[in-house]
Amino acid sequence: MTNPGPQAELVRRSLKRRYRKERRFRCYGIAAISIALFSLVILFTDIVSKGYTGFIKTTVTLEVHLDGELMYLSDASDPDQIAMADFQAPIIKALQEYFPQATSRADKRELSRMTGSYASNQVRDLLTENPGWLGSTRIIEFPAHDTVSVYVKHAGDPGYSIRLTEQQQRWTDELLSKGVIDTGFNDVFFTSGDSREPSNAGILGALIGSLLTMGITLVIAFPVGVAAAVYLEEFAPSNSLTDFIEVNINNLAAVPSIIFGLLGLAVFIGVFGMPRSVPVVGGLVLALMTLPTIIISSRAAIKSVPPSIREAAEGIGASKMQVVLHHVLPLAMPGMLTGSIIGMAQALGETAPLLLIGMVAFIVEIPDGFFSSATVLPVQIFIWAGSAEQGFVELASAGIMVLLAFLITMNAFAIWLRKRLERRW
Amino acid sequence: MSTISSTTIGTISSTMNPTAIKESDMPEADPKKAPIERPADTVIEEGKTVGIPFSDDPKFQLRNVEVFYGEAPAIKNISLDIARNEVVAFIGPSGCGKSTFLRCLNRMNDSIDSCRIKGSLQLDGQDIYDPKRDVVELRARVGMVFQKPNPFPKSIYDNVAYGPRIHGLANRKSDLDDIVENSLRKAGLWNEAKDRLDAMATGMSGGQQQRLCIARAIAVSPEVVLMDEPCSALDPIATARIEELIAELSESYTIVIVTHSMQQAARVSNRTAYFHLGHLVEVNDTSKVFTMPEHELTESYITGRFG
Repeated sequence: MTNPGPQAELVRRSLKRRYRKERRFRCYGIAAISIALFSLVILFTDIVSKGYTGFIKTTVTLEVHLDGELMYLSDASDPDQIAMADFQAPIIKALQEYFPQATSRADKRELSRMTGSYASNQVRDLLTENPGWLGSTRIIEFPAHDTVSVYVKHAGDPGYSIRLTEQQQRWTDELLSKGVIDTGFNDVFFTSGDSREPSNAGILGALIGSLLTMGITLVIAFPVGVAAAVYLEEFAPSNSLTDFIEVNINNLAAVPSIIFGLLGLAVFIGVFGMPRSVPVVGGLVLALMTLPTIIISSRAAIKSVPPSIREAAEGIGASKMQVVLHHVLPLAMPGMLTGSIIGMAQALGETAPLLLIGMVAFIVEIPDGFFSSATVLPVQIFIWAGSAEQGFVELASAGIMVLLAFLITMNAFAIWLRKRLERRW
Repeated sequence: MSTISSTTIGTISSTMNPTAIKESDMPEADPKKAPIERPADTVIEEGKTVGIPFSDDPKFQLRNVEVFYGEAPAIKNISLDIARNEVVAFIGPSGCGKSTFLRCLNRMNDSIDSCRIKGSLQLDGQDIYDPKRDVVELRARVGMVFQKPNPFPKSIYDNVAYGPRIHGLANRKSDLDDIVENSLRKAGLWNEAKDRLDAMATGMSGGQQQRLCIARAIAVSPEVVLMDEPCSALDPIATARIEELIAELSESYTIVIVTHSMQQAARVSNRTAYFHLGHLVEVNDTSKVFTMPEHELTESYITGRFG
């Protein structure tokens, strides 16, 4: 073989073709990743640009003279009087300080729609708590009315229509320049539950609801899923019954989630008489939905434990149970956790099955336990996205951001846990 | 191979030395199994083993052992004794069943569903495959070292301490420390490992890992150590260390070693068993096997005509 000859030439030519093929294949890959990244960027930009205003609140800060005569209130500690009193009057009065000419009935109505619908309730609650305030003058910060808030934040945005009257717009501009109307970080959003009024609505109720529901899901789905996977993989005899169970588990993973909602409605609420709208039922339904995912991924993780480790343990005389507990499970745990993260993430974003068990209800109170009515983040977003008030649009986007943050936190925790387990080994 | 077979058909019965085998112990070949199709099988009379397969003081007494994977026979009617505190080497070409046979000795084949075992296998006169027998107890007495070093992904200390822990051999931490130190010393790993007992075992070199596996096996004080090609993944220096170790261990343990290296068999073992296609062809003192094999197949194998 002194002469490279025609064979080398053939190889060289085929080499060129092979390299070309490889380059083309790489281009496809890069294109695919680019499309995915681009979509992600668009998605995030859209959500953030629409939703960041959800984190901003518009407030009206007024010097309110809590005049008993004006409110028809002589004793703020008397519940009967509180129930009858007019708490809107002092707010209008305070606004009239700035606009003395607005005295007609129509003007007063327009003035009352500068602050949020619950402004009078705020005054009532303050007086109920501090009956001594009657007759004094207090500086109170009210959430602005939804329409004012939209005008302040989105004037000129074609996506929003301004529903303020000419006069109200003028007033708003003037109050803005005087610093009476101001914008700031929307702490209400993170500290309260749902509300009919966008400026009073918050995500905390849904967040706690999601937390409670996910807690139930994890506590049920993870141990049951892992136990089922270990049994099927390590102990179950291989017969037609096991095959049947295996096929069914795989099929269950593909069942539409709303079916699980129907199941939950029929079984947990119908047969067992559990209450509606509670995190326990939601968690149970989502656990059923997540189980197949966890079982399948756990079985794959157990299968991937090298047989040499099993043999080593068996060779020393470890019993079947010891082999599983001491060696197989710890080695399979990272894989099992990965499967669980996927399952839990799926469950966290699930809306359909929860609609059927009543977690779509309008719930103002922040849930304080597994058996108190609650809703979850995706359902809250769903409710807001369908609401009429324009303020809910940005809240829905802000809710999506909170949901994503929740998801990332949950996954980060799971990844941290996985890393820790790996290090222990 | 078939050429060897055809030429040796006639000679096999004449070269067999019946005096070397105790007539009474010799199993009768089942007449029903006599017609065998494959030419390679016709050369070896089933159940007939040349040399000295039996011992007066057997640790293992194995009679008429047959192993099947599904319907396919892997071990065909083997009878053999393994004496107390001797080193027996199993040699033979790939696929001859020596590893399968070795794994029968501590029931490592149990986890293979299709594997069936017939015949009588006794350890100190007790049946190994008695359904009432606890396999955990058996494996504590018959330890095993595998072809590929397979330390647990734990610390060196935990690797060695695992066996004593699960069997409850040490009640106090200091006892466990002693067991770990002794085992590592016996395995010739103490000097290298004593300063990093908490280091991951998987970070050691291949030879060290294999010695760790030996330390792990002897930490539960087994009576027998089975070694399945323990040096096949190691370099010559690591191999030499393991072989030294086997020589030292043979003072207190019965050792059965499967090996592809005839030199290794010659160096470490007292007796050598030659396997061929599921048959045990010849068992003899190692020096005899490698200098004057009685069976032609053994001779062909050790002289390198096949294998």
